[in-house]
Amino acid sequence: MLKDKARVMTAQDIERILKRMSHEILERNRGLENMIIVGIQRRGVYLANRLGDILAHFESTRVPSGVLDITLYRDDLTLLHDQPVVHSTSIPEDVNSRKILLVDDVLYTGRTVRAALDALMDLGRPESVQLAVLVDRGHRELPIHPDYIGKTIPTSKSEVIEVRLNELDGKDEVVICEREEG
Amino acid sequence: MEWKQRHVLDLDTWKREELHYILEQTSSMDELLDRPIKKVPALRGKLVVNLFFEPSTRTRVSFELAEKFLSADVVNWSASGSSIGKGETLRDTAWTLEAMGADAVVIRHGAVGAADYLARKLKKSVVFNGGDGAHSHPTQALLDLYTAWKKIGSLERKKIVMIGDVLHSRVARSDIIGFSKMGSRVVLSGPPTLMPRSVDALGATYDPDPRSAVKGADIIYLLRIQRERQDEGMFPSLDEYHQIFGANESLLKLAGADTIVMHPGPVNRGVEIASNVADGSQSMILGQVRSGVALRMALLFVCLGGVRQ
Repeated sequence: MLKDKARVMTAQDIERILKRMSHEILERNRGLENMIIVGIQRRGVYLANRLGDILAHFESTRVPSGVLDITLYRDDLTLLHDQPVVHSTSIPEDVNSRKILLVDDVLYTGRTVRAALDALMDLGRPESVQLAVLVDRGHRELPIHPDYIGKTIPTSKSEVIEVRLNELDGKDEVVICEREEG
Repeated sequence: MEWKQRHVLDLDTWKREELHYILEQTSSMDELLDRPIKKVPALRGKLVVNLFFEPSTRTRVSFELAEKFLSADVVNWSASGSSIGKGETLRDTAWTLEAMGADAVVIRHGAVGAADYLARKLKKSVVFNGGDGAHSHPTQALLDLYTAWKKIGSLERKKIVMIGDVLHSRVARSDIIGFSKMGSRVVLSGPPTLMPRSVDALGATYDPDPRSAVKGADIIYLLRIQRERQDEGMFPSLDEYHQIFGANESLLKLAGADTIVMHPGPVNRGVEIASNVADGSQSMILGQVRSGVALRMALLFVCLGGVRQ
């Protein structure tokens, strides 16, 4: 069982943070040329769409966006609870020689990103890969560092960061939860 | 969903939601087959043994491809040229496989219950039934369900007409169970000599005349006619069989322009199916082959993937 402990982002915070991240993406890349935004299933996909919308609003061009499922690349699948579900991967354009902006909700151990990089490399050879995450909660187990961070939230390992998004959860917020026995 | 099936032996114990879950997973695997690099590391370090006591092309090759696309280590063991040919019992073979560290065994055997027997003898390995006698061929039925589901959507209240040798067919038995569980109505047709005694116990109905059976059919499923059945006197001649029960253009017209045609292969052209129907636009035969790889990937991943506690 998970119990909500503290709300660390409201809907408005998320919106402001995504706007700021969009500016950083534009600044760093001097525009959007040659870029593909790729969201990691599942919440990364919605965040990638939102970043895509904001970027389209700022630059009046739309960057192609795709989704990446990494279930088959994970090294930390445990079947204690539910059966893993393989979702679809679909990237509308060839990734070869493109700038990929990888988007996920929470960066924790770095294992998801490691798996995503492997999955991406199997689809082609991008010119570069950048990483944008809404929350960086620390405790990295691999040498992976994000390029764009929504917010750094120090956590303990017993805590869980829940990113709730309108598209899936009916509301936008980020909450720190604690595992409860039982 | 919690996955409770340890082995894949027969579909009779499966629930509809389990069938659905596998169809959804197959769809994700199907998409993977379009990629430039089809190999994913999901089953790295797992050992799968393909144990084939009967000849098989489609089932054996598609299992092997599925295993390789998921990065499993694959050993092919066939009856000829191995200790099986020297008279080793299935029990000793099973223990040998387990001693070698097989995580999964795919078995095709002429005896009914062979896969089930193996599953009871093996303590650790997962068993996939690749066909046992005239009993069961669950992976064929699942790939057929997937092919039909992908093409025509929900299988609820759909009509599937199976024509041919139902009596000797493990494919027919498994497909009848599978399609019925998905909510389809199964109608069997073919010579009465090739029908099991209790068709209705399978949940199907029998219509001896294929021309009336196919009316309103969403799927026509043809079963392979083995030539030796003619010598056993089950029907007078292959030609006559084709005249009466073969799927030709006029039979297809009676069914409709949206009816799909399926066949588990290998096809006897000019016997159960006319060449122009097998190669025609309504034929799903090659789609079934492709589905076979995706479906077996989904099953292998669901039964073997991840770390089990």
